[in-house]
Formats: sequence, structure tokens, C-alpha cells
Amino acid sequence: MDTATSTTEAPAVMPSPAIHIAPAPHLFGGALTTQRMMFDVLLALVPVLVAALWQFRLYAVIQLAICMVSAVAAEALFTAMRKKPILVRDGSALVTGAILAFSLPAKAPWYAGAVGSFVAIGIGKVIFGGVGQNIFNPAMLGRAFAMIAFPAALGASAYVVPDSPIDGLTHATPLTALKMLGQSTGLLPLFLGATNGSIGETSALACLLGGAYLCLRRTASWEIPAGVIAATAVIGLLVQWFSPVAGWTVLHELCGGALLFGAFFIATDPVSSPLAPRGKFVFGLGVGALVMLIRKLSGYPEGVMFSVLIMNALVPLINRATIPTPVGGPVPAKKAA
Amino acid sequence: MIAAPSRAPGPGTFARGIHPPERKGFAAEVPIEIMPNPVQVAIPLLQHTGAPCEPLVKVKDEVTLGQKIGEGKGFITAPVHASVAGAVGMPSVTTLPNGRHVKTIPIKTGPNQLSADELKASLLGGDWPVSGLDAQSPEQIAQTAREAGLVGLGGAAFPTHVKLTRNEKRPVDTLLLNGCECEPYLTSDYRLMIEFPRPIVTGALLAARATGATQLVIAVEDNKPAAVESLRRAAEGTGVEVRVMETRYPMGGERQVIPAALDREVPTGGLPLDVGVVVMNVGTSAALAAAVLRGKTLTHRVVSVTGAGIAQPKNVLAPIGSSYKDLIDFCGGLKPDAARVIAGGPMMGFALNDLNITVTKGTSGITVLTHDDLKAVEETACVRCGRCVDVCPLNLVPTRLALASRYQDWDMARRYHLMACCECGCCAYVCPAAIPLVQLMRMGKAQLPKE
Repeated sequence: MDTATSTTEAPAVMPSPAIHIAPAPHLFGGALTTQRMMFDVLLALVPVLVAALWQFRLYAVIQLAICMVSAVAAEALFTAMRKKPILVRDGSALVTGAILAFSLPAKAPWYAGAVGSFVAIGIGKVIFGGVGQNIFNPAMLGRAFAMIAFPAALGASAYVVPDSPIDGLTHATPLTALKMLGQSTGLLPLFLGATNGSIGETSALACLLGGAYLCLRRTASWEIPAGVIAATAVIGLLVQWFSPVAGWTVLHELCGGALLFGAFFIATDPVSSPLAPRGKFVFGLGVGALVMLIRKLSGYPEGVMFSVLIMNALVPLINRATIPTPVGGPVPAKKAA
Repeated sequence: MIAAPSRAPGPGTFARGIHPPERKGFAAEVPIEIMPNPVQVAIPLLQHTGAPCEPLVKVKDEVTLGQKIGEGKGFITAPVHASVAGAVGMPSVTTLPNGRHVKTIPIKTGPNQLSADELKASLLGGDWPVSGLDAQSPEQIAQTAREAGLVGLGGAAFPTHVKLTRNEKRPVDTLLLNGCECEPYLTSDYRLMIEFPRPIVTGALLAARATGATQLVIAVEDNKPAAVESLRRAAEGTGVEVRVMETRYPMGGERQVIPAALDREVPTGGLPLDVGVVVMNVGTSAALAAAVLRGKTLTHRVVSVTGAGIAQPKNVLAPIGSSYKDLIDFCGGLKPDAARVIAGGPMMGFALNDLNITVTKGTSGITVLTHDDLKAVEETACVRCGRCVDVCPLNLVPTRLALASRYQDWDMARRYHLMACCECGCCAYVCPAAIPLVQLMRMGKAQLPKE
């Protein structure tokens, strides 16, 4: 008799091509990989770079080179120290370096960028376990460290170089001028980037172009910049209503300083922002509100860096409070077993 | 008794989800073909959700086509039938694609078989009445469905008579026939809708009569205009409405198609019955018509054998109990670059390591992928981009659920509603870090301790 035919025959009937098994799904979208996301950010930074070259010439190139080289070196060094494979390939160190460079004054000394990059990668990222594990935006953590370590090199006064041949560098940044002297800057220079400031923040147009690309590619979630802009606009309107400054409107508030650069490039760092769409919007609102709080009520002219870092710390709470309700409602108690 | 077509109020789509490449072209235009009977079939005693069957035949018994050979105890079960005429062999154990080991009854194919044309004509062909079905009492229809061993042919294989039996506490007002076939590659329902729309409509009318539904809607995705056209022609004058859904994966899931077609939301952990709906696959409907009007038990089903790795993609009307190898051989065999053989479609199907596995009532297709289809991707760290959240049709947070499952953090798993996951695979499809999200969540669902 054909006893247990199907079980004994089984291994012998392997088909000629080697077939292998894997869990479903067997198709993979592959439209977006982590590496591609990082590349997208670098691509989106191109308009920002163009604006920076136009306004700050060679200084932009120097800062970028210092920070990106330091960041990659730091990543290699620290991952080697942890005896982990060197993950420079995913490009995240390049992005961190670039974002940090774009947030520095043009004439910041070389060691500010270098130390900032090492802190960004070492303490900002690798110490938490590498890419995907960090709590704070690495670039902002690095910048905060550098700013506290070298206040003279990164404070408001560091932006002004009175005898510089580059016209933009001879004036105070628009937000400092507003805070200290009550002077407004024209909307067009703010929009195009013909002002002083950190090298990546001056041109609202460039930030909007790059940001639009990131949101369309869904590399950045539109909910975050939407939240930042909404909160800034609403508070800006209130401020304009209660304590108006001649020639300074909500639009100036939005185009001035690092607001748009921060909204599109810094706050959208996926690792240190919430997961669900509602949480992302709340996060953006918080960043925008804190920026306005710092701008209007503190000694600092600008507050994107601190706002992002403070909101980063709140992300676990936001995530917990914004768990989406499943379609069909929560799992009933007996089925949850 | 179907009322005049009332507009099903659904939006025709659902939130989130994905649109993977459809790749239905391999077998979409290939008419359903009857496979010659294999030398032997093996009928598993458990092919459905519910209690397994006990054999009713002994070794060396002669059985006829459609004869009941296994019967289960209880309400949620379905009998199994001989899919060829022949002699019963020694029972053995086989492994189903989902990894379950079940007892099977082999039947050696005898000399007296129906010809392919006779078989096709008797199961699906000929004329199907759309009126005068009142002669069948609702109880009779449900009873016949049980006797015929009908189960959902869409894949889950839930016993059909359970859905058709009326429940006083939860009345049904709508029967929703599911012709979405949202899995890429698969075309068995599509061919059935094009070639045999009449038994589908007749079966739907019978099911509506059994359940007491007064509204009857057939949902078909908009990438199948020919199927919509064919069903509309067949349903003319019956009050059955064919409603076109947006092509979006996983539209064929109950929790997606009911909101899309009827604008009702099935509660998590509940059934369509909770919102007055019974959902049935189009293939099940045709089988119900054959069972009630022609006394046919469920012995054959249409299986798509498709993909770039198969020599001649086809839609095969195959006897249940044939092996995957029989079907693949009938379709010209595997191509040299075939790399993965999947029971079902590529999104939710099971990969096989052995082709000597049995076609069951729930086998909707065999998809063979090549090396080019399968991208080898390395898992990297989650960067919390939230793409999985953006596509989850059930509005879950897959990355958190996968994390909770991986580290067995059951508090977190419950907080993020692990048990609501339907394992559709949208999250893993889009994940930029190639994390096996579905695998992890499936593991977590299996291990989540009882409260």
C-alpha cells in the first residue's frame, strides 16, 4: 500500500529552480529607503545652498565642508569605538553635518562647527544607539553645545562682521535688529535671502522650494511644518495686534530668522518627531509656539534650536497621547486577551 | 426578495491603504481551463475555519464524484467531498500552506470520469434562473450549503452556512458580494465574473433569500471594467446592484469593503453581522447556486496559476485535493528563474518550500515570483518616519506594534491595539527600513498573553 505517500515523498520532489521561503508580503515597494530619504534631504537642501552661496559666497562652502567632514569622521570614529559596523553609507551623518552647517553664522570659527559636529554625532546620536534611536535632533544638540561652549562665536554679535566685503555680513540679523533696535527689514530681502543670518536660514524662498520637495516626496511629513507655521502665524497675529512694530507683520515673522528652515528641515527629522499624523501636527504647533515665546519674551532674538530640542523631549508624551483609534474602535477587552 | 436598487451609500473607497503594481496581465485574458484529473487527489479533512472532519469512508472503498467522505461535528465546520471518482487509499497527514498538519484521505482516480466539458457545463455552464427562487426556503438553502461543504472561497474558508443561518438577534439587511480581488496577480474571481456571471448572480439571490437581506450589492474594483459590465448584464432586472470600488489594496478585506461600499464600520473584534451585513466571495456565490439548484457539492474551484515564474499562466478549474505540482505542471512548469512559489497572492500568501502540497477550498491562486520580482533588502533601523502609519488601513501604528512584539512589551502592544491588526502587509510593503513588520506583529499576536 502507499503508506504515507505525501510525507515520505516530500523532500524528493523539489523542483529544479531553487525556491525559498519568506514571510509575506512578498512584494516590496522600495520607493523609499532610509538611504533615499537622506539623499532627498540633501537634494532639498540644494536651493538653500544656492541662496547661501549667493549671500555668503565662500563662507557657506567652508562651513559645509567643515561640518560634513567632521560629522562623517565622528560617525566613523564613534561607531568604531562601539564596535558596530560603520553606517556612513546611509548618509545620515552627511545630513546632520549639512543641517548644522546651515544653522551657523558665516564667520563661525572652524572649531565651532567641528566640535558641534562631533557632539551632534557622538552625544546626539551614537550614544543612544545610532540612527533611529536618538531622542534629540542631533544637529540641534550639537549646535546648542557649541553655542554654550563658544558664546562669542555663535551669539547674536557673532553674525556681524563690520568690515566684511560681503554686504550682508555688515548688518545685524533681521531678528536682532528688530529686538535690539526695533528696526524692521523689508519683506522682499527676507523672502529672497538678502539679509544676514545663519547661512541656510536667510532665504524663505529656498526653504519653501526645498521643503515643498520634501513634503511631496513624503520624506518629510507636511503636518510638522503646517503646525509650525500655523502656531507662528496665529501668535504673530496676536503680537501684531497687541504690540505692533512699524513695518513688521506676520509674514515678516514667518520669513525671518530660521523659522522656515527649521519648520521644513530641522523639525521634520523623523527620528526625533512623533509617529502619527495628529502627533506630528501637535509637535509642529509646539515648536511654532515656543519659537514665538522665545522671540518675544526672552533675551534671544531667535529660538528655533531650543524650541525643537524642548519639543523633542516631549515626543514620547505626544506619541502616548496621540495613539490613533483603530478603524472600528479599540480592541474590546475580551478580544484583547 | 430583493427590493428595487437602493443606492448603496458608500464612498467607494477607504482611508489609507496602498496601490501595489497590479500585475494581473499574466492570466487576466486566459479563459478558465479544466485540468485533467491527476492520478490521485488527497482530500484534507480540515480545509476551513472550524472543527476538523472525521472520515466517512474506509480504505479501498469506491467513491463517486461529489460523494461526502468526511463530516465534522458542531456548527462551525463543513464536510469534505470526493473531487474525483475512484478508490480510497490509506489516510495520511499533509501540511497545508499555513503550516498546519492535517489528516487527508487520498483517492486514486478511477476510470469513469466526467469529461472536462461535461464538468464545466454541470458546475458553471448553462442557464441559471433569477426568478422563482422563492421555492427554496431560507433554512433549506443554509442546510444545502452545509451539506455541499461550502466555505468562503476568497481565502479565509469560513463555513458558508454559518453566515447564511438567520440570527434573530442580529438581522441582516444587506448581502455584499465581494468581487474586489485586491491581491496583485490573482485573476480567478475576475475570470469567473467575466465568463460565468449568471451563477454568481443566482447564488447571490439565494444567499440574500437565506439571510433575509433586502439589499444586494456586488463590489468590484475599477480595474476590472469587463467584470463590472458582465455582472451588470447578468444582473439586469434582478435588483442586484454592481458597485465599482476604487482599486486600492486591501479593498477585498471585509473591514475595507464594507465601509467603502456601504459606509458602515465593522467594530474591532466584531463581525459584519454586527452591522447587518453578510459578505460573500463571488466564487462562493457561484458554488452556492450549483449546490442549491444542481445538487453539486464543492469539489472543484478556480485557481489562478500566475506570475513571471510560470511558463504558461492560466486560470485552472482544478479538483480540490490536487497538488500544487499538478497545477504547476499543467501550466508548463516553473521557469528556470522562478524564485518563490506562493499559496495565494504576494501580499498575504504563504511561501512554499515543497510543491507536493494540496489545493484546498481556500486556494485562490498560486503566484510564482522570479528573482527579479524579489528585491533582496537588508533590514535597517526604524527611523520612525511614520510611513507605516500613513498606509495602515486600520489606522494602527505598525512600527510600535512590531517593536512591542519584538521585545514582548505586552502593555505597549495592548496600548497600540495589536489584536486589531489584519496582517494585510501594507506597512511592510512601504517600510523604508525593510523591517518585517507583519512577521513581528503576527508573532506578537500569537504570543500576547491572555489577560
